Amino acid sequence: MSGLSIESISMRFDLPNGSSVQALKDVSLHLKPGELLSVLGPSGCGKTTLLNIAAGFLAPTGGQITMNGHVVKGPDAERGMVFQQGALFEWMNVRENVSFGPRMKGQTEAEWGNQVDHLLDVTGLGDFKDKAIFELSGGMQQRVALARCLANDPDVILMDEPLGALDALTREKMQGLVLKLWKETGKTIILITHSVEEALLLGERLLVMAPRPGRIHKEYRLPFAEMGVGGDLREVKKAEGYATTREEILEMIWDMEEEIMGRSEEMQ
Amino acid sequence: MIGLMILLVYVAIFVISFLIVRFVVQRTNTDFTSLKTVTFGDESAVISNRFASVVSVLTIFLLWGSFTGSAWVPGFLHAPGPFVGETSFTYTVATQDGERDDATVHVRVVDFGEKPEKFDVPLGDGLAKDDALAMSASRSATVLFDKNDEVTRKEGTRVVAIDGVPIAPGGSIRTDAGRFALTSKGAISFSPPKGLQMEPIWLPPPEAVVGRVIEIANEGYRDSTLWKHLGYSLFRVIAGFFFGALIGIPLGYAMGLSDWFRGWFEPIVEFMRPVPPLALIPLVIIWFGIGEVGKIILLFLASLWIMAISARAGVSGVNISKVHAAYSLGASKLQIMRHVIMPNSLPEIFTGARVAMGVCWGTVVAAELVAASEGAGMMIMVASKFQLTDIVLMGIILIGVIGFGIDVLMRRAENWLVPWKGRS
Repeated sequence: MSGLSIESISMRFDLPNGSSVQALKDVSLHLKPGELLSVLGPSGCGKTTLLNIAAGFLAPTGGQITMNGHVVKGPDAERGMVFQQGALFEWMNVRENVSFGPRMKGQTEAEWGNQVDHLLDVTGLGDFKDKAIFELSGGMQQRVALARCLANDPDVILMDEPLGALDALTREKMQGLVLKLWKETGKTIILITHSVEEALLLGERLLVMAPRPGRIHKEYRLPFAEMGVGGDLREVKKAEGYATTREEILEMIWDMEEEIMGRSEEMQ
Repeated sequence: MIGLMILLVYVAIFVISFLIVRFVVQRTNTDFTSLKTVTFGDESAVISNRFASVVSVLTIFLLWGSFTGSAWVPGFLHAPGPFVGETSFTYTVATQDGERDDATVHVRVVDFGEKPEKFDVPLGDGLAKDDALAMSASRSATVLFDKNDEVTRKEGTRVVAIDGVPIAPGGSIRTDAGRFALTSKGAISFSPPKGLQMEPIWLPPPEAVVGRVIEIANEGYRDSTLWKHLGYSLFRVIAGFFFGALIGIPLGYAMGLSDWFRGWFEPIVEFMRPVPPLALIPLVIIWFGIGEVGKIILLFLASLWIMAISARAGVSGVNISKVHAAYSLGASKLQIMRHVIMPNSLPEIFTGARVAMGVCWGTVVAAELVAASEGAGMMIMVASKFQLTDIVLMGIILIGVIGFGIDVLMRRAENWLVPWKGRS
């Protein structure tokens, strides 16, 4: 079966004091190639854990991940990752960062040069390819991280709050860029976010997760990502159904947060 | 007393030069940062004032020159010097029978370093005869006044007053001529005013030190030229540091990457790190003698632990998301080691290298102070035994300049090789 399958994943963390935390319980999900999934949930619902398991950084305590039919055993070039804070290599310039994946595969510059330069142009970094990472703004650093991931040509891109640290304006521009790259490259993308708006705009499918134990609470199929491709994201926000869906999800998450707060108050 | 005066002069120069620079030279300095009179944690907001640095260095040389009577400092800036020239005082003796007589002592005080030559004066009349005394500035001289007198101390004659001021054996008085004391046997001890200047044996004037630098640079000291002495010290530091880094960095990497290596070496490293290298000098001398091998091994030990700990910190400090990112970009473990972990640890290693070079430089000087036939530390140690304060000062200044130079070079190299340090 092609695509990414998350098959009844469970994850339990043992704490030093002997107790354990059930971070994920029986999460199943299938992503077809080219799908754009955004994951939303209150803090502590296991979003990032799920992503780390999908990337292969963590081994689940139950269940398995399969990718195009084979079981995922560790991190791999077919599943690229974009982190909240670029996780860029400061000792390399922009172009060296973006070409890291191909270079590690032993490709020569003749092989990767065109593709890397194309990606730099697409992400608007063409004039900055010789700059050092610390000379770039936060938004530019995230574009480098995106380009670096794409240059490696993965089948799936996992994004862990990639735009969380950016200011509102830069964030909007980057959301447009993510949509554009999704449509142009046809990659499967899982995007984790804290922002309901971002999840609505960048989710063909939207997953709301609930905490303790982390599980899938509700799934939506939304038209807004398709509308947003090449269009004005602010117009999309005025589209029919956008506001009501947003309110619905906000209330859902609000209730979960309330419940968490209530429970911790009881414990005191 | 002199120390307090020097402090007052120093503070005065500090305040006056500050006021002059603020209100005369740099009046236009009213940009935004200048408004931050207090900065909290923003180190970059305060940059050192070049004027202050220049005035500070000049002040030190000015104080040094004026309190040593340097020829490089104009005479009116000199602190009062010791008395030089001719003076005289009158003493009054009383015999056992109660007879009294006065006599004058003529004193010639010559500059320190010149040879006082004896001279004669007319004896005068009376029981006590006039005396002549030749002496060096800043020194005390004992006047055996009764050598030419008709009454002597053996007969019970005593000095009862000097310049009309009564004095008793064991006591002391101060007159315009200087300070007088009577020894327990009744002789007069005379010290002309010493002034506020330092004697060359305590602190030679700057030109004496510079003269020594030139002299030793040309003629050498203890069978080696100045450059050879300094070269030996530098060679030991560089060799010791080189081997320390050569072993310490891989050791630190191994400790940062493998739990077995970490467990194995941690007790050794954690034990050896707080042992000051100076405490190892005796053992190193017993084992390896006072030659080059012992010194290089000492400096190797001084830098080894610092480099191992900084390399370990560099490896442990790598942001896990960088390693994850490299894995999901398809890098192998070896490639991550080479392209992520090693470059990521460079800033820490450079910090360690700067510390290690500083410690090595200090340790080599100390080791040479203990035992060596060449080296900067050996120069000042031997010179101090002969009270050649100018060579001691020269050595200290050169050691300081070289140590500072090493740190500047290391910082340059750091800016060049790890420009991202502290900016990611």
